[in-house]
Amino acid sequence: MTAALEEQFETTVAHDQRIEPRDWMPEAYRKTMIRQIAQHAHSEIIGMQPEGNWLTRAPSLRRKAILLAKVQDEAGHGLYLYSATETLGAERTDLTERLIEGRQKYSSIFNYPTLTFADVGVIGWLVDGAAICNQVPLCRSSYGPYARAMIRICKEESFHQRQGYELLMTMMRGTPAQKDMVQDATNRWWWPSLMMFGPPDADSPNTAQSMAWRIKRHTNDELRQRFVDMTVPQAQALGVTLPDPDLRWNAERGAHDFGQPDWDEFKRVIGGAGPCNAERIAQRRRAHDEGAWVREAALAHARKHAS
Amino acid sequence: MNENWPLYEVFVRGKRGLNHVHVGSLHAADADMALHNARDLYTRRNEGVSIWVVRSDAITASSPDEKDPFFAPSGDKVYRHPTFYTIPADVPHI
Repeated sequence: MTAALEEQFETTVAHDQRIEPRDWMPEAYRKTMIRQIAQHAHSEIIGMQPEGNWLTRAPSLRRKAILLAKVQDEAGHGLYLYSATETLGAERTDLTERLIEGRQKYSSIFNYPTLTFADVGVIGWLVDGAAICNQVPLCRSSYGPYARAMIRICKEESFHQRQGYELLMTMMRGTPAQKDMVQDATNRWWWPSLMMFGPPDADSPNTAQSMAWRIKRHTNDELRQRFVDMTVPQAQALGVTLPDPDLRWNAERGAHDFGQPDWDEFKRVIGGAGPCNAERIAQRRRAHDEGAWVREAALAHARKHAS
Repeated sequence: MNENWPLYEVFVRGKRGLNHVHVGSLHAADADMALHNARDLYTRRNEGVSIWVVRSDAITASSPDEKDPFFAPSGDKVYRHPTFYTIPADVPHI
């Protein structure tokens, strides 16, 4: 019985058709999907914090309205993704608890601080740029609800990246101090952005299975290369230097050579010892705890009006 | 309090003349809140002119395991398709 179901599942995936919520699927596929989508959802939710840090200090009403819309989008993306995990049998409250108890991860990038307003621009340009590289192939993920959520998300990410780049172009036309802020933010975010694609292929044991299940379409190193090649001309147009002495065009490969991020730092940040891990989780926990009475009251109100 | 609010499925009509289409789900304490949350979550960029929400546990769905027998009755009735009938090529407008 299971063998026939498994064969049907493998055939569906191999033909590039989508797996839908009520289909039979191997337990390992279900678990991998829940873990991956939940981590992605947590990243969107935690990702509201670094930029949210600048909402009350945005330099103009225009920038404030844009930043608010962007942070609201991140919340939306988190909710689309939580909704996708629930089609696999996950529970929302359980996912939130796993996040605030540190039992499920989120992207290492959000554990770095946003020191100046230029960081808001660089996050849009580099962090959302890297996210787009990662996410566009996920629009063809084998799991239907995830793929559909990714299509919505990718449409909205384009606004995120462009607002960031425009913000930086504006600062680069400003005072020397403003230009220095852009360069400084670029220096700080470049390497963490390259880490967003995950460890080198040689250290990524799950990649082969994820590619076979068409959860993943490209390896970490392929996507990292694509991101570097896309970003170099953008940095030139902006007038900033990317902080990698090994970065140069390789005509033979038709691609850029570049240095490796500090993978020990990556492991430390993933392991909880990044500059802002504790702060991010504490803030999420506080918001959850302080919202408890609201959730309770809304439910009591609904019950009263239903009877 | 860690009780989940009920889950609602959300359907959006993109513009007049189109059907409502399923776009995802969300949690809300009641249907009114579900409608407001759906507006904020799924129509931030003018994606809709009308929204339906329905509690997920109110939906009855066919089971994928029995999809072959369930849809079999429509499989052998080729006479339901216009191409089943041969009409001479010189007969117009048919």
